[in-house]
Amino acid sequence: MYVAVKGGERAIAQSVDLVARARRGDPAVPELSVEQIRQQMRLAVARVMTEGSLYDEDLAALAIKQAAGDLVEAIFLLRAYRTTLKRLGDSVPLDTANMRLERRISSAFKDLPGGQVLGPTYDYTQRLLDFALMADAAVTEDPAAEASAGPIVAPRVTDLLAGEGLLETSARAEGDPDPSDLTREPLQLPADRATRLQNLARGDEGYLLALGYSTQRGYGTTHPFAAEIRFGAVALELFIDELGFAVKIGEVDLTECQLITDFEGSAEAAPQFTRGYGLAFGHSERKAMAMALVDRALRAGEFGEDTDLPANNEEFVLAHSDNVEASGFVQHLKLPHYVDFQTNLELLRRLRAQWDASNAGATGDEEPAA
Amino acid sequence: MNEAAPDVSRRLALGVLACAPAPDLADCVRALGELPRFTWLRQPETGLVMLRARIGGNGARFNLGEASVTRCTLRLADGSIGVGTVRGRNPRHAEHVAICDALLQHPEYAGRVQAQVIDVLVRAEQARHARRSVQVSASKVDFFTLVRGED
Repeated sequence: MYVAVKGGERAIAQSVDLVARARRGDPAVPELSVEQIRQQMRLAVARVMTEGSLYDEDLAALAIKQAAGDLVEAIFLLRAYRTTLKRLGDSVPLDTANMRLERRISSAFKDLPGGQVLGPTYDYTQRLLDFALMADAAVTEDPAAEASAGPIVAPRVTDLLAGEGLLETSARAEGDPDPSDLTREPLQLPADRATRLQNLARGDEGYLLALGYSTQRGYGTTHPFAAEIRFGAVALELFIDELGFAVKIGEVDLTECQLITDFEGSAEAAPQFTRGYGLAFGHSERKAMAMALVDRALRAGEFGEDTDLPANNEEFVLAHSDNVEASGFVQHLKLPHYVDFQTNLELLRRLRAQWDASNAGATGDEEPAA
Repeated sequence: MNEAAPDVSRRLALGVLACAPAPDLADCVRALGELPRFTWLRQPETGLVMLRARIGGNGARFNLGEASVTRCTLRLADGSIGVGTVRGRNPRHAEHVAICDALLQHPEYAGRVQAQVIDVLVRAEQARHARRSVQVSASKVDFFTLVRGED
């Protein structure tokens, strides 16, 4: 049992002051602005929004600044902030098919309606440190605007494929019921796929990456193709009671990943490609892919596949995905445990005394050490 | 846009106003000059909206995560009601959306707001998207499958 301690107020205040100084660094160097972080650390902002489960680029950037770049700490700050706000409603389901594309690729289909658009990606860079960035980099000129160029919109690859019947369709239950919400109700097992996806969407990227990787290395049976990865802006619509209809209240940047895996079929189901789905805030490709791998791994039972591997274990995967919970429980070990420790120490002293007493006579018979 | 049903044009206008960069909208509102007084029916308040998505893009709904949203409602002296709801935490943005929405219901102001705010913002948005579209389209790629040696 944890017994609380008191005291240390002055030392804590000093520590808070020290952390502020450490965050600021050398005062002779210009301070980072939240806007600079939002603009120039966009991938960190995306991760903090995704795992903080709150789409607000300014707050995510502020959290990154306050946490001195510790993204898990920033995620915690964002999660704490959201508890201060009331829920105004649920959005109209986001329509990723009408995304204004910044990037869209398929590793399975070469020729897609709408084409392959690389967009901003590190995929084809050589990963050589660019020392030019240590100097003030020149700004690239914008190309001349052509008024005729409209936004790039293309149908989802998985919708194009569905016609042939070789791809699993996304089933909707009768009446399209409201999904359960992990911010309102605790996780119940077994969880339906919608609940699992909410958990994975908030889950730690590194953890999901490792689990997804394990399924590829052999601790799993999935060998997926990236049917499509897309990133861009999607309209956010909300039903407004006063008006009696839904209106667009802004846009959100999303990354969507559709992985497909072949399935040989069973007595009940025909052979087809099955799907794993990943969706994340901002440009978060690694996260969306890892989420899709783990989503598919957690469906192993549906397809009669082995379910005894780590990534297939629903309870294990879902109960340990949240880095705010994980970080809290691991880091609570730093808090004073003086009473617990004293109890354990007393117990061990007694056991040790008993052990010493019962072994006192036996020392002469011991085998010599090798 | 004007021939459309009132709900449709109102919905489109609200979408344009909400998606416009807040400073651009503020400039447009300022350029309208003296505006009628209004009373708050709901002062700007910031809260959360749960973003719903669909499994696979078109399957069952699931909760992806929340977004910050600010909303307000106001009434002009003639009784026109304006509603402003925007993603983010900018109360001025929500207020400007609501003012423009109310003025678009007001026969005396509707034409000016349409021409000096909505149309201006639509053109700016189209230009923004066109510029980005040109940049992004330049990264379109055609992959070729190579013929292997054994044939």
